[in-house]
Amino acid sequence: MNAPEKPRHKQRFDTIGKPRRRVDGRSKVTGQTRFADDIVLPRMLHCKLLRSPHPHAVIESIDAAKARAHPGVHLVLTGRDFPITFGILPVSQDEYPLAPERVRYVGDPLAAVIAKDEQTATEALDLIEVRYRPLATIASSEEALATPEPRIHDYGEQGNIHRLQAFEFGDVEQALAESEHVFEDLFFYEGNTHLPIEQHAAVAQVDGEGKLTLWSSTQVPHYIHRALARALRLPAAHVRVIACQNGGGFGGKCDLHNHEIVVSKAALLLGRPVKICLTREEVFYMHRGRHPVLMKMRTGVTKDGKLTGMHLQTLLDGGGYGSYGTASTFYTGALQTVTYELPRYKFDACRTFTNKPPCGPKRGHGTPQPRFGQEVQLDKIAEKLGIDPAELRLKQIAKPDSLTANWLKIGSIGLEECIRQVVARSGWKDKHGKLGAGRGVGIACGSYLCGAGLPIYWNKMPQSGVQLLIDRSGQVTAFCGSTEIGQGSDDVLAAIVAEVLGIDAFDVRVVTGDTGLTPVDLGSYSSRVTVMSGNAAIQAAERARALIVEGAAEQLGVLPERVALARGRAFLAEDPSRGMSFAEAVVFAEAKFGTLGTVGSYSPPRSPARFKGGGVGPSPAYSYSACVIEVEVDPATGWITVHKVWIAHDIGQAINPVLARGQVEGSVYMALGEALMEEQVFRRLPPKLSGALVHKIPSMLEYKSLTSLDMPEVDTILVEDPDPNCPFGAKEVGQGPLLPVMPAVANAIWDAVGVRIDELPITPDKVLRALEKKAKGEVARVGPEHFPAVPYPEPMIVLPPWEGGDGNELKTAHGKLARKARAAA
Amino acid sequence: MSAAPERVHMTLKVNGEDQPVSFAPYKTLLEVLREDLNLTGTKHGCELGECGACAVLVDGEPLLACLELAVECEGRAIETVEGLANGAELHPLQAAFADLGGAQCGYCTPGILMTAKALLEKEPHPSRERIREAISGNLCRCTGYQQIYESIEEAAQHMREGS
Repeated sequence: MNAPEKPRHKQRFDTIGKPRRRVDGRSKVTGQTRFADDIVLPRMLHCKLLRSPHPHAVIESIDAAKARAHPGVHLVLTGRDFPITFGILPVSQDEYPLAPERVRYVGDPLAAVIAKDEQTATEALDLIEVRYRPLATIASSEEALATPEPRIHDYGEQGNIHRLQAFEFGDVEQALAESEHVFEDLFFYEGNTHLPIEQHAAVAQVDGEGKLTLWSSTQVPHYIHRALARALRLPAAHVRVIACQNGGGFGGKCDLHNHEIVVSKAALLLGRPVKICLTREEVFYMHRGRHPVLMKMRTGVTKDGKLTGMHLQTLLDGGGYGSYGTASTFYTGALQTVTYELPRYKFDACRTFTNKPPCGPKRGHGTPQPRFGQEVQLDKIAEKLGIDPAELRLKQIAKPDSLTANWLKIGSIGLEECIRQVVARSGWKDKHGKLGAGRGVGIACGSYLCGAGLPIYWNKMPQSGVQLLIDRSGQVTAFCGSTEIGQGSDDVLAAIVAEVLGIDAFDVRVVTGDTGLTPVDLGSYSSRVTVMSGNAAIQAAERARALIVEGAAEQLGVLPERVALARGRAFLAEDPSRGMSFAEAVVFAEAKFGTLGTVGSYSPPRSPARFKGGGVGPSPAYSYSACVIEVEVDPATGWITVHKVWIAHDIGQAINPVLARGQVEGSVYMALGEALMEEQVFRRLPPKLSGALVHKIPSMLEYKSLTSLDMPEVDTILVEDPDPNCPFGAKEVGQGPLLPVMPAVANAIWDAVGVRIDELPITPDKVLRALEKKAKGEVARVGPEHFPAVPYPEPMIVLPPWEGGDGNELKTAHGKLARKARAAA
Repeated sequence: MSAAPERVHMTLKVNGEDQPVSFAPYKTLLEVLREDLNLTGTKHGCELGECGACAVLVDGEPLLACLELAVECEGRAIETVEGLANGAELHPLQAAFADLGGAQCGYCTPGILMTAKALLEKEPHPSRERIREAISGNLCRCTGYQQIYESIEEAAQHMREGS
């Protein structure tokens, strides 16, 4: 299964690579796309959650008697109704659907009311009497390190440290000691949130046979299916999860969420459908977005600017629960090696618990933060060494078909072409350092996974499956657990099946994201869907093609090899006038073979990394992006105007260029928000108002994001360097193009006004502060000033491939010896 | 002083049809459209007038349905995304959004379509700047807006040529 059956190589494609109306486009513009909150069922009740007003407190008592007696209330649930914990990762089963004893952030839910309508449920929430005993709250990673007690959770490494990791791939200290220059920088990347326009909603229903169905705005119906069955102690075979089309996800709909479990339980108890739709404020509390990360980066370079080694330390502010945080922690370091040649690499990471909404995956999951640091540091290196920043990058792009220091296998790399394109189209050489005061350009690059190599729970089964139904009517239906979140995964599935079968994409019906009907696909995360469901679709479609071709060949009296399928017909390749319609060919195939149906499945190639922790980072392929941004900075106000963005993305092969371009430009948009204004930040109430740590801006108006008036022009270039592991060579496009944008903005600001802003977002007040420092002759920089003492463990030592490593951890004894020898030296 | 009525009954004119409906008087136009008339094409993203997802046309003007009480809409012409197509034939805006990537997840799309319709009815040939201004109250988190502008421009051209 590692090598999917490759489609016949065609001279040209009929569907792949052609701009088309997406197969689900008409529903979206007529208001017919059904999102979770659009579902209305007979006898449906409505649920509201009571959420904690305290960031950290013991629940001393809950009295729900008055709420239960309120007219129109059908059920009140509390923590007592949910004895077992859940969590999306097997290693972080640390959440209760409703908190029984302790709340850990403002917004942590502890009771639920199910009533005849939302209004009644909301009224009843006010009638629930809760006595809290507030506990000391922890607002940041530094406070978490300094405050081991009280512990927010009774698991984790120690105190309020959730997770510690340390790896060393080759002797980095030696590499730095032997380098002509060592650059040491601190960076901070503030947390921010997904802000999909659709608020999370879910509807649970128990069918006539007593089985549960949950419709939800989720990106990962399979993971929800597993986790929900466990949380409710139901046989998974009696639970069906349907992912409605998401009104935007961006990673915020990847967890099993409290409300999904609560409405399911309520529907089971009441025997009636139960719906919940979160308010915007609740979505801010539930969060699971970008981790705030403090970074320390020490990098050695030769005199001509080539990297010799890097030591990266990261400190993640995880919020109140685990969520995907363990994976996020790994991702703050795992992909630092796939863009440029990096002979040696050391990576220490720490995730803390704090009394804020839990952080998790957001577009780029864990990698935008170190990417920002690395690309800004490269700009500083180029500046110091007098090398053009584009040239500095071009001379050390990682090699295609190579291994990295941390044992990631890279396939195709179109980065050189990406850099050359944005340099040429932006007029970089005439602009960099030459635009005059207040105006500047910056460049940066990035790379991203095309699907996480491993699922979130260990198993040997395929990561994506596709089933095809073909019948005598000529209809083709593709069933796949993949989940349409707006990115176009339904269109990709239809296009791939259509290409192989020689029919129109619009003639393929797709049924997706329904655990009761569709084969397992792990979901829309880690930019995995095109590659994984696409490869599974090719396999299923090639198998169907073989049957249909054989049916047609027999009828035409020729060998199957001579039959082609294209443009809705089956015909003799050398004489297209001899043939029949696709539907007729299916009739002959069905007569010959019986009922037609095929399956395809896909698992990524096994990673050469053998060390524990080496499972985060491997991917079937990596996408690459380069970006040039031109800005203008007003020295009087610090206001930053982004004039234009040039971005090139190595997509391998665009399936539908209209959608691919939309993914690139949407990434640029979201990235500019992170670069310039978006931040999920908190403040303490005054002591007389409890001193609690509350969300500063839980509303769309105050959480600033770009409007159409703020969005600059984007020049998008799709670079197509097909990857052999990918369907028709197609790599990801949904996340990678976000990565270079934030550092390109920071680098452009340096070019414009000569100040370094080493933290995101880059707001006018920070620019002004840096300009003031510059005017006083101080270091013209705003950013973190120190990195706290973190008890990182001794690193696991893994030798890079070129230093005799085999992908395993160097045995402990050797590791110790190596360390001792090094210490002695 | 009499208590507020539990429910009010009135006829709303939606997409050219008279719709008798009874609802609690505190309900917004958004709630009545979605919950009482089953017109779920109109979306919500904040219920506070911040995102623009619920924009509909009332007497030809874009209006945030989450901020308007339904009782204030009696006798006014309400247009929603469900009324945009001419039977099976898509409105040029709808066709252009579907073809050119103007709709990604599709959630902000109904609000933007209605806002754009109001713009094009007043200004058949809007500049890119005017389009940016017109939809600046509609947040889209997917597209980066560029393909939305192009869709509106394409529809405007189509409508000028068609008239």
